[in-house]
Amino acid sequence: MPTKNTVELESVSKLYGSFAALRKVTAQFPVGQCCVILGENGAGKSTLLRVIAGLLHPTLGSVRVLDAPAPQNVRQRIGFLSHASMLYDELSAMENLRYFSALNAGTERMPAAEALRLVGLKAELERPVGQYSQGMRQRAALARVLLAQPDLLLLDEPFSNVDAASVEQMQRVLLTLRSRGCTILLTTHQPELTRPLADRYCHMQHGAIAGWSEGSAA
Amino acid sequence: MNYARVVWAHLCKDLRLEWRSKDAINGMLFFSLLVVVLFSFAFDPTTAVSRQIAGGILWVALLFATVTALNQTWTRELRNSVLDAQRMAPAAPSALFLAKVLANFFFVTAVQVILAPVFIIFYNLHALGQGWLLWMVLPLGTLALVINGTFFGALSLRTRNRELLLPLILFPISIPAVLAMVEATTAILTGEYDPGLWIRLLAGYDIIFTTISLLLFATVLHAE
Repeated sequence: MPTKNTVELESVSKLYGSFAALRKVTAQFPVGQCCVILGENGAGKSTLLRVIAGLLHPTLGSVRVLDAPAPQNVRQRIGFLSHASMLYDELSAMENLRYFSALNAGTERMPAAEALRLVGLKAELERPVGQYSQGMRQRAALARVLLAQPDLLLLDEPFSNVDAASVEQMQRVLLTLRSRGCTILLTTHQPELTRPLADRYCHMQHGAIAGWSEGSAA
Repeated sequence: MNYARVVWAHLCKDLRLEWRSKDAINGMLFFSLLVVVLFSFAFDPTTAVSRQIAGGILWVALLFATVTALNQTWTRELRNSVLDAQRMAPAAPSALFLAKVLANFFFVTAVQVILAPVFIIFYNLHALGQGWLLWMVLPLGTLALVINGTFFGALSLRTRNRELLLPLILFPISIPAVLAMVEATTAILTGEYDPGLWIRLLAGYDIIFTTISLLLFATVLHAE
């Protein structure tokens, strides 16, 4: 029986004028697997994630996500985390999460306090996110993504400038999600931190996929 | 029902952010007070002249002040790439727009409440026409400013010179509304002619631009 794919990319290119950020990328990402995307700065990792998230439209090619012909149709089932926290600095983690939870009204949601507990943050913490350490901020950002209980998780350099304890906490959460069948695509410059998670590594170069390798979690 | 809840969530968030940062209110208040006081000293108008020019000064001061608030409104969505989270959310984009309009309306109205007594004192004003009509002109005029400003603020969001671009787009398109606001206010203050036509023009302008903005906002939000 063929493996079901969460994401299918067919000759996807993304052009900015004459510059090609992605060049004819064709790839499949199976359900419940964690794929780590590696590559130097400018290799097209972030662009690829943004195209899959539906934040960028491909110039050429097709993107099929969760059986939908366009990622925009299944937005509520995709969790996206960029290098930035995507949270309001002036609000506490709980206030941020309550707000984003309200935007998902009508869909099944995880309680905000539960999402914070999962990432190891206290729901009672009243300090605004702007005063958090980078590790805490990144964990709060991950909690925001968990609210919608996504089937596809796109993480753009989630471990950048994050302390070891926070990395460990985030790895635990991601392992739990993967074991529940959530597909995870993750970009990083620190492949050693993704060893417990990675089923596959995708190597990108100059906007194209240069090769694949097996991960230790496969 | 869900739509109303989402609008309410956006609105509470915007009011809370402003309450904690006071970025928009402080800038608007300082700027509009400065304009009103400076014009008063520059022209030193008599009561009769005041009635003729007060409408223009009030609305121009509010127009410039509103631009400072509108820049803040969207800039805070750009910090930490929160706008991407908004774009990924399944909620209707128009709910975000509507909440921003309501929040900006509230901020500008708050400034008007503080500005009004200063304005009356410095320009020695009392209306010779139907003063109660100002209760229609002020909200309609404010709505015209914030509807357009919020929409074009979003449109100029991803440009490098957005703080310059916003007034460049907003001011020309607001000319019919500003004209209606100034004429209606002057008519009420001087009592020389009927402000009805200008109030109707302002109401029509609000309806048209609210409808267009609500319909187009999703395209603006999801533009690359």
